[in-house]
Amino acid sequence: MSSLATTSVDLARVQFAMTSLYHFLFVPLTLGLAPLVAVMQTLWYRSGDEAWLRLTRFFGTLLLINFAIGVATGLVQEFQFGMNWSIYSEFVGDVFGAPLAIEGLAAFFLEATFLGLWIFGWNRLSPRLHLATIWLAALGTWLSAFFIMVANSWMQRPVGYALTGGKAELTSVSELLSNRFAIWAVAHVLLVGLTTGAMVVFGVACWHLLRRRNMDLFRRAAKLALIVAVPVSAVNLGLGSELGVVVTDYQPMKIASTEAQWDTCQPCAFSLFQIGGFTESDQTPSFSIQIPRLLSLLATNSLDGEVQGMNEIQSEYERQYGRGESYVPPVRATYWSMRIMAYLGTLIFLVAALGAFLYRRGRLERTRWFLWVGVFSIPLPFLAALAGWVLTEMGRQPWIVHGLLRTAEANSPSVSAWTIGLSIGVLGSLYVVLGIVDFVLMRRYAKTDPPESFGEQGEEALPAAGY
Amino acid sequence: MDLQIFWFCLIAVLWAGYFLLEGFDFGVGMLLPFLPRDERERGVMFETIGPVWDGNEVWLVVAAGATFAAFPVWYATMFSAFYLGLLLVLFFLIVRVLSFEWREKSESPRWRAVWMWANTVGSLGAALIWGIGLSSLLYGLPIDSDGDFTGNLLDLFRPYTVAAGVAVVLLFAFHGASFLTLRTTGDLSERAAAAARRLAIPAAALGAVALAWTVAVAIDRNDKDLFPPLLPAALGIAALALAAYFAFARRSGAAFTMTALGTVLLVATLFTSLYPRVMVSSTDFANSLTIDGASSSHYALGVMTVAALIVTPIVLLYQGWTYYVFRHRLGGDEHAADPVDLFARKTGA
Repeated sequence: MSSLATTSVDLARVQFAMTSLYHFLFVPLTLGLAPLVAVMQTLWYRSGDEAWLRLTRFFGTLLLINFAIGVATGLVQEFQFGMNWSIYSEFVGDVFGAPLAIEGLAAFFLEATFLGLWIFGWNRLSPRLHLATIWLAALGTWLSAFFIMVANSWMQRPVGYALTGGKAELTSVSELLSNRFAIWAVAHVLLVGLTTGAMVVFGVACWHLLRRRNMDLFRRAAKLALIVAVPVSAVNLGLGSELGVVVTDYQPMKIASTEAQWDTCQPCAFSLFQIGGFTESDQTPSFSIQIPRLLSLLATNSLDGEVQGMNEIQSEYERQYGRGESYVPPVRATYWSMRIMAYLGTLIFLVAALGAFLYRRGRLERTRWFLWVGVFSIPLPFLAALAGWVLTEMGRQPWIVHGLLRTAEANSPSVSAWTIGLSIGVLGSLYVVLGIVDFVLMRRYAKTDPPESFGEQGEEALPAAGY
Repeated sequence: MDLQIFWFCLIAVLWAGYFLLEGFDFGVGMLLPFLPRDERERGVMFETIGPVWDGNEVWLVVAAGATFAAFPVWYATMFSAFYLGLLLVLFFLIVRVLSFEWREKSESPRWRAVWMWANTVGSLGAALIWGIGLSSLLYGLPIDSDGDFTGNLLDLFRPYTVAAGVAVVLLFAFHGASFLTLRTTGDLSERAAAAARRLAIPAAALGAVALAWTVAVAIDRNDKDLFPPLLPAALGIAALALAAYFAFARRSGAAFTMTALGTVLLVATLFTSLYPRVMVSSTDFANSLTIDGASSSHYALGVMTVAALIVTPIVLLYQGWTYYVFRHRLGGDEHAADPVDLFARKTGA
């Protein structure tokens, strides 16, 4: 029985990881592309320059293909809390449910309704009103990110609640919304979205510049993308590291595990790369490259700050939460996911900065090797974002709600391992098929020439308006 | 009013809104293989719901979110109990959502046929399962004294719940046909009206059976009196009868109003019959989940009430406005205005 229960919770974990990571392949692109398309349309509205209209419609279609699969996979996210994690749902519903419900009411209605108006409103609304619809849809996507990050941040750092009858009850909505963890996490995620949107626009523009087609159009797209990508990816590196300081305050175990730091150190070196040292029985790496004092700086904003080690935190948690349990998250996964995220984030900034440099020199279109770099940089922000979620969620283990509820005790008792296995099979194979179709569609569409003006082609040919 | 009862009513309203709005979307989806003569007409049918289906589906998302927030125990038990059913619903809704955006991305007839069927099957399947699922809340499911579901998928299939599920499917098809009659022109509109007439009698009859049966189940299994469930049920039966009458009288506006009313009253009858419980236990009536026992704290409900009271009117306003913007009938050879021309008009050029 106990082994079967373990299987159930492990399968539920697998399903959550699978569906959430998959969903988040589409979310950041929507978060970033929606405002970028809105900016393009604004530029058209202001200048009357049809190049921006063509770009609006071109990237707008990419946004819509992506948005559809984001909506579809988002449904699974909302349902699976109750399906797979009923104990969790009962425990947190009073607190966690509120931002989720308000997300639906305040954000989803906004984005769904106004995106519908935008798609079909080209020739029904005045240009000014039509421009407003894409901005409101973009606002909806950002509001949705805000509420869902508030909910997630409460799992990382519970605030504004009281435990009553074995359940968390909301006691202060202002504390919930102003959770310091949430503020940083929301900002981080929104900038991740903008970076992703900008790098996709840049990569697609590079591809077209390589083909030497619609040069004027895609030069502008590349410029807009770089104007966004350079500062945003730079700020986000700093913001992400600041989020690390916040995490150190509230989830010291997560940081210690991310750094494979078994013993407390002061000052602490940052390990760039290491072999071994990831398990309790093997705490010393056999090989590592380190930068002195950098970890102290990253984790505490001071060159000689103290970072607690996992061994110390473990004994502290044993006193606090009970003996006989390991409070150490999967060290190898957190160590590497953090590094993948940070290294890719840095790489994205370097690509964008070099692109901006070449653009200013007027050499972007002629530097063919770099245009290829731009094309192949498209996957980078997605991989970095996924690594970030692996770090955030696995670093919180064994907790589902930090300090309050363990993941292993939060799944649905009435759902058998067999059922969850079936669900993983169904959703998994559906997701694989949809992923392939989505990739093929996006790629094919991204390679087409941007649409010419509306009138000549009739309704059928409107990529953004045709169903 | 007690906040718990307010949220129970609000969730009923959200489901009613979902059935009312997504009901005709589903209906249009179910009619896709039968009504259009060619690809152009199929495109017109997709376009009648194109601008609104996503906003309509958010009613479901909010209904589920509100259940999670206001009645965590209800959400947890219901969603884990309906596991395989919800898995199917997710499958249906996912392929349906994608059909809207992906269908037009290729000219290949096979590709288009695949996504048309995805929409049809998704619409029919989701409607059937919602009908079965919601009526199961009232009919009762095996729930132990901890409030945990102890049965399996087959427990959802009872003569009453299956009848309710099929009634919902037929009702949505009828509702969708009435909607299409109003939203299209010419021959397509004529065929939609003919489909509405064909669906009117079976949908109204089975709908009436489901409504009456719901009242009987409420009395029999949920300890209710004949009144109040009888009131919405009787009104619902009347609305469906009138809907069928108007369909045959070729008064399509009135017919659509009545299918809309009938759909809403079906949900109203179900929730009136459930009150004051949210899930009936067939294991032991005492294990049934109640509004009182399943709800969130007064403070959390208060916070959400404030949010709902501020945001809901705004949502209703702009969703209503969307329907106003897209009120024109489709299917003629209306010429799309070029945004560049609109722009020129703006600047006076």
